[in-house]
Amino acid sequence: MTPEHVLMLCLAIPFAGAILVVVTGALPDLRETVTLITAGVLFYCVATLYPLVVAGNPPSVVLLEMLPGLSIDLAVEPLGLIFAGIASFLWIVTSVYSIGYMRGHHEKNQTRFYACFAIAIGAAMGVALAGNMLTLFIFYELLTISTFPLVTHHGSDEAKRAGRVYLGLLLGTSIGFQLFAIVWTWTLTGTLSFTQGGILEGNAGRLTVGILLALYAFGIGKAALMPFHRWLPAAMVAPTPVSALLHAVAVVKAGVFTVIKVVVYIFGVDFLFQSGVSGWLQWVAAGTVLIASLVAMTQDNLKLRLAYSTISQLSYVVLGAMLASDLGIIGGGMHIAMHAFGKITLFFCAGAYLVAAHKAEVSQMAGIGRTMPFTTFAFLIGSLSVIGLPPTGGMWSKWYLALGALDSGKLVMVGVLMVSSLLNVAYLLPIPVRGFFATPADNPPLPPGHEMTAEHDPEHDHAHDHDPARRIKEAPLPCLFAMAVTSAGCVALFFYPTPVYNLMQMITAP
Amino acid sequence: MIAEQIPALQVVLPLSAAPVCVFLRRPRVAWLITLVVTWASLAMALMLLLHTVRIGTISYLLGDWQAPWGIEYRIDMVNAFVLVIVTAIGSVVVPYARVSVEAEIPEARIYLFYTMYLLNLAGLLGIVITGDVFNLFVFLEISSLSSYVLISLGKDRRALTAAYRYLVMGTIGATFYIIGVGMMYMMTGSLNMVDLATLMPAVMTTKTIQVALAFLTVGLSLKLALFPLHVWLPNAYTYAPSTVSVFLAATGTKVAVYALLRIVFTVFGGVDLFSVSAAQDVLIALAATAMIGASATAIYQTNVKRVLAYSSLAQIGYMVIGISIATVTGLAGSIVHLFNHAMMKGGLFMALGCVFLRVGSVKLADMDGLARRMPLTMAAFVAGGLSIIGLPGSVGFISKWYLIQGALEKGWWPVAVIILVTSLLAVIYVWRIVEVAYFRPPRADAPAAKEAPLSMLVPTWILIGACYYFGIDATRTLDVAVGAAETLLGGLR
Repeated sequence: MTPEHVLMLCLAIPFAGAILVVVTGALPDLRETVTLITAGVLFYCVATLYPLVVAGNPPSVVLLEMLPGLSIDLAVEPLGLIFAGIASFLWIVTSVYSIGYMRGHHEKNQTRFYACFAIAIGAAMGVALAGNMLTLFIFYELLTISTFPLVTHHGSDEAKRAGRVYLGLLLGTSIGFQLFAIVWTWTLTGTLSFTQGGILEGNAGRLTVGILLALYAFGIGKAALMPFHRWLPAAMVAPTPVSALLHAVAVVKAGVFTVIKVVVYIFGVDFLFQSGVSGWLQWVAAGTVLIASLVAMTQDNLKLRLAYSTISQLSYVVLGAMLASDLGIIGGGMHIAMHAFGKITLFFCAGAYLVAAHKAEVSQMAGIGRTMPFTTFAFLIGSLSVIGLPPTGGMWSKWYLALGALDSGKLVMVGVLMVSSLLNVAYLLPIPVRGFFATPADNPPLPPGHEMTAEHDPEHDHAHDHDPARRIKEAPLPCLFAMAVTSAGCVALFFYPTPVYNLMQMITAP
Repeated sequence: MIAEQIPALQVVLPLSAAPVCVFLRRPRVAWLITLVVTWASLAMALMLLLHTVRIGTISYLLGDWQAPWGIEYRIDMVNAFVLVIVTAIGSVVVPYARVSVEAEIPEARIYLFYTMYLLNLAGLLGIVITGDVFNLFVFLEISSLSSYVLISLGKDRRALTAAYRYLVMGTIGATFYIIGVGMMYMMTGSLNMVDLATLMPAVMTTKTIQVALAFLTVGLSLKLALFPLHVWLPNAYTYAPSTVSVFLAATGTKVAVYALLRIVFTVFGGVDLFSVSAAQDVLIALAATAMIGASATAIYQTNVKRVLAYSSLAQIGYMVIGISIATVTGLAGSIVHLFNHAMMKGGLFMALGCVFLRVGSVKLADMDGLARRMPLTMAAFVAGGLSIIGLPGSVGFISKWYLIQGALEKGWWPVAVIILVTSLLAVIYVWRIVEVAYFRPPRADAPAAKEAPLSMLVPTWILIGACYYFGIDATRTLDVAVGAAETLLGGLR
């Protein structure tokens, strides 16, 4: 099998998996096995691309000519490999988690869930491995559409409203701004291929470049740059595995990944730095970092708090890209990987609290570490990584982002990163700390008429919930396994960040 | 040689098959005749297209009377492409029609439906194929008269008033057109399009010709339902039988757009029309108003057929925008959108026909939770709707790409913005329907609808499938469209 075949397989496998999931829909055990095998095979295929990229011999393939002169291309480059690797690896873990969660939570329409999930991963692969901007855009939109049924999985009015915000903002920004920018780029340059050093240099004046950059930055709505961030909290009505993999990793990372791609391969880092049009977007990103962190502190619903945290962390990457310095790009790329592991752990924990203890509100989680010590410990690790403290991988990406800011002479941005870290401490660490050291008696009384959680499971035996004893009552085993893997990943990335770093360095210093 | 007579047969075959249906009268027989004739027409149209692409323009002299005195059928890439669009839709509609027509039209009148359908097809094909401006008028009347009858066959009594209103406005349009033709004849003494093109520059500065141009444009704009001459269209599409809505929406206005293209770029091809008059600004303003206004109106409709009708008005705006851009890219965008819009709107109206068959209504209020009862039909509707929005991978995206590119090449970025805003409005009116069908629980008194029969589902999905096939691999359609645009603009040189 040639590398080109492997590349095509990376795209085809998830879609084939989706079909198989539908076919085997009547037999849940077989269906879940299919999902797991698909995810495993996909990760294997992506992994086989790694040595090729490191050796400087990445495959590329033209699938078909879509418009005269414009084709659907696949090509793997270091950043895309990082994204594809993370998404496919975490798909395996999330599939394990989903089995525990979806069954433990008695979710309906599970076949549709798994099928759409596979399509969404396929779309994420398409984004990661796209060889030109048109291909990327096609899969970017497919990712939006395929995740819509997942966001609205419960079919309730709340889900419908959230779906409106989700689709409205993502389609609105991508059609209104991004497509405009893409066609404009095509009209100016006559190419959309991702080219080292960019394609715009010499084809566009400073004003045009400035407008284009703004169109791209806001048009890539999945990067959740304020004020186009509302879709991400809205998406939290989805089942937790969706929030975990898609809205902490695949979808949002597709956004910031696209931002970096555009900066590096459409504008070119040096050209962007020279034109100096990205300064105000650094401020927009910095503002998003701080404001979203502040909003996160006010959220009592754990998933919403994590969602705002994600918005803030995504803008780290956007900030790194807009610094238009090599170190900033490296930091941004590494943050894609580091944040993925940290945030998915946190979401897994949030789902575990929901399934095992039926708790979705932070204020109700005092003493939860006594009944769910393992989950709470994983939450602690994930928090450390998101904050950027050792011994977790999150430290490295912040390190390089700060270096990138210094490199561009933006001391103020270093300050923003530091303040944001403090804010992260303030909204994340109290959860495990109260979980371990407070007692359930410290929980404030529920407001009258307030359900404990919207998704309360009526069939559950409530006797245990009121048992104040320190009995261990953990989440289902598959969930625990998934958390163990991702939190171990956070720690492992602290000790071995080199593969990610080396890949990112290849982009900036070819 | 029969092959040499194909240009004539293209029109004569459906024209002569129509009275046969009247004589035989049996519904199934009429259907069978229509089926055979339409598919034969498609085969002929494809042969003509192949010939024009490979060898070049065909000139066919009716009765061997030399042009410009006799009538000439002149087939180049432009009309060969439109012939394929019309016959392709025409032949996919017929298998779909059988069940739908039997459900919506009394049995005693079914033969009439097929007769009129064939006449309409013949009229549309005649408009497209002819190279003679007066002959075009004759076919315009044939297609118009038959479409009035087709619309009035609708079950709803309001179909009669809709048909009557269309009759009044359509007749005005045709009259304006023939006045324009008369004035041109007065000044040049010719009716042949190519001949007119050579004579036109000499008389272009006269008031008569400029008035003629105004009459021609207004007359054809009535037929293609350009804002503000569109008022006949929403009711006509809404109250016509489902099959008729499919056919008219996919072909009727497209052919009128084609006629406008011919007049502007062939008959007036010798003069740079857009530089001698304010036509360009006027067309852009009207098209932009149509796109934004009709899309916004579509959002507030409670009848889904009306939503699609207003959406069609907006899409006509796209085509006219492309015409007024008047570069190869813009025109190619217009021409390829003729094809693309025929596919997606045809597919969408077919899905609605399935709904009408099973639910007996296409009101939004009656579609609560319909996706559970008719999953395949509604999936087709969603897929077609995404194409209207212009999702990449669908044909709607291709058209939009070319039109935006055409606008940007000219530096007309506000036009590009209008195109994008129209797409976003489409998101709203499509998603309103999706939400009703997928998120609302079915009403307690809702009829126990089941999935539509295969004879209707398969044609629906063929058109929807074509939306995505030609959306992912658009090189073939675009090669033809670009070739057609170059042919048309060749007249400007």
